[in-house]
Amino acid sequence: MGTSKIKKHAEQQANPMNLEEIELEEQEAISPWKDTFKRLRKNRFAIIGFTIILFFILLGLLAPVLSSYTYEEQNLANRLHPPSEEYWLGADHIGRDIFTRIAYGARVSLQVGFFAVTGALVFGTLLGILAGYFGRWIDMLISRIFDILLAFPSILLAIAIVAILGPSLENALIAIAIVNIPIFGRLVRSKVISLREEEYIMAAKAQGMKSGRILFHHILPNSIAPIIVQATLSFGTAILEAAALGFLGLGVQPPTPEWGQMLADSRDFIQLAPWTLFAPGISIMLVVLGFNLIGDGLRDALDPKMKH
Amino acid sequence: MLIPVLLGMTIITFSIVHLIPGNPAQVILGEAATAEAIADLEESMGLNEPYWVQYGIYFMDLLQGDLGTSLRSKAEISSEIWPHLAATIELTIFAMIFAIVIGVNAGIISAWKQNSWFDFLAMIIALVGVSMPVFWLALMEQWIFAQELGWLPAYGRQDSRDPIAAITQFYVLDSLIHLDFERAFTILKHLVLPAIALGTIPMAIIARMTRSSMLEVMKSDYIRTIRAKGGSQFLVIYKHALKNAIIPILTVIGLQTGVLLGGAILTETIFSWPGIGRYVYEAISFRDYPVIQSGILVIAFIFVMVNLIVDIMYKIIDPRIKY
Repeated sequence: MGTSKIKKHAEQQANPMNLEEIELEEQEAISPWKDTFKRLRKNRFAIIGFTIILFFILLGLLAPVLSSYTYEEQNLANRLHPPSEEYWLGADHIGRDIFTRIAYGARVSLQVGFFAVTGALVFGTLLGILAGYFGRWIDMLISRIFDILLAFPSILLAIAIVAILGPSLENALIAIAIVNIPIFGRLVRSKVISLREEEYIMAAKAQGMKSGRILFHHILPNSIAPIIVQATLSFGTAILEAAALGFLGLGVQPPTPEWGQMLADSRDFIQLAPWTLFAPGISIMLVVLGFNLIGDGLRDALDPKMKH
Repeated sequence: MLIPVLLGMTIITFSIVHLIPGNPAQVILGEAATAEAIADLEESMGLNEPYWVQYGIYFMDLLQGDLGTSLRSKAEISSEIWPHLAATIELTIFAMIFAIVIGVNAGIISAWKQNSWFDFLAMIIALVGVSMPVFWLALMEQWIFAQELGWLPAYGRQDSRDPIAAITQFYVLDSLIHLDFERAFTILKHLVLPAIALGTIPMAIIARMTRSSMLEVMKSDYIRTIRAKGGSQFLVIYKHALKNAIIPILTVIGLQTGVLLGGAILTETIFSWPGIGRYVYEAISFRDYPVIQSGILVIAFIFVMVNLIVDIMYKIIDPRIKY
């Protein structure tokens, strides 16, 4: 922290006219997180992203309140009903209300995203720390495993894993978590390697601090920023991958509504009832877009280079 | 670097069969299978041997180009796979051409006219493009351009009533060899929708990368010097700036090939494109594990090779890079 602050002050002195920057610098002295949050709030795109995600979280939570139907309630008389007062987004091929299924589907997608990213983050971070901090053969082994996993196109690897384990929500979740582990692992590893040589780590070592304490009290908190950015972006990718698996019939099994699977169900009715395809596709796109916007915003807010 | 990765890949694809919970032969044949049939399959797939012997056999077979036998068609996978692979490669090439031509140029113009309405619009499209599920885009294309407007065919690689006498299995090339330009046009028309669907995400990512990479280079001193000397805008951008901005763009192109090959499974399913993605997907529903294994291995192998080529190209483009 010390050296970087001196550098920043030197930069400021080279450019004394930039008052705004000095102001920001002072706030950072209080808390870097507050500063990040403040800059994030100024980012219009990130706010749009937050709004989208909040909308879908509320939609998922309030699904039973918002809709008078259940997601499996069939009404064959109204199959492929166009959007109307009765069916806001239309009805699908067996007369189920699409709006209700979209709302319940938001639960599934956000849950898959959350658990898959959490799993990948935890295991990826642990492996990345082990590889980066201990180096030598541990690094060799873990890094090679990452290389091999990354050599497979991610969706293909996920499909292979589900093909082995059998199609279900849990297995799709496991598959998506596994394909995302090396992404976090590599990120953490490179961060740990660059931090390992920092003076304050050397000082901690010289004081006789144990490896575990150094890792979890010093190295991990200092690598958290890029992990958060990656986690946000991965959230979007994970939802996209889950929808792809659902579309191929390898994810959630009926009758649980899932957006990708809803698209697969409606495919055959594209000519008769194209509206059955609109809502699920747009929902997937919006949620992924939301996470991408937040991720980009966070990256800019956390990047010291972007301050001016 | 390359050899351990390739070896690791074979271990993973080898494990696909062995990680099936329970008895793989039982799972492949289904609940109703007789004990005899299971024993037969175990015998023919070598499932009775110890793992390391099985892997040894699998690996030696691979080295000899033997990808195993399909359980469904009983045919050699190595001979069955080529037409599928060619179909996917042809589609991927056209998708990549679309992604690179549009993506790189949109990125360049965005960087050139930074903060203009074009820049804004292009980056919004890129942002939406990155977030778009490829299978939904494919379905929407099919609906608009095939069903509603009737401009382009929605399914397949060619007019199925008049199939081509394939030589290389690359149909565009084949029809040109036959000097049958009308057929080449039909085949190209079949390529448009799937190639655009498949190429959109890479296009968006390439455009964003090109823009940021170009912006960085455009700020450098040598660009200012060329401008001061009166070099035309076009020359400055396409000759001088692009050359130095190309490395990160190339990296993204290499990585996006993987996205393309993976996305092919979805695109091919929707457009009934008889490629390797659909070959693997159909194998999954028939529990044809040797095909799943080999299909995935072949796709991953191509991906690794493309990235190797990208690495080699770095060195050609930028002689400062050494390994």
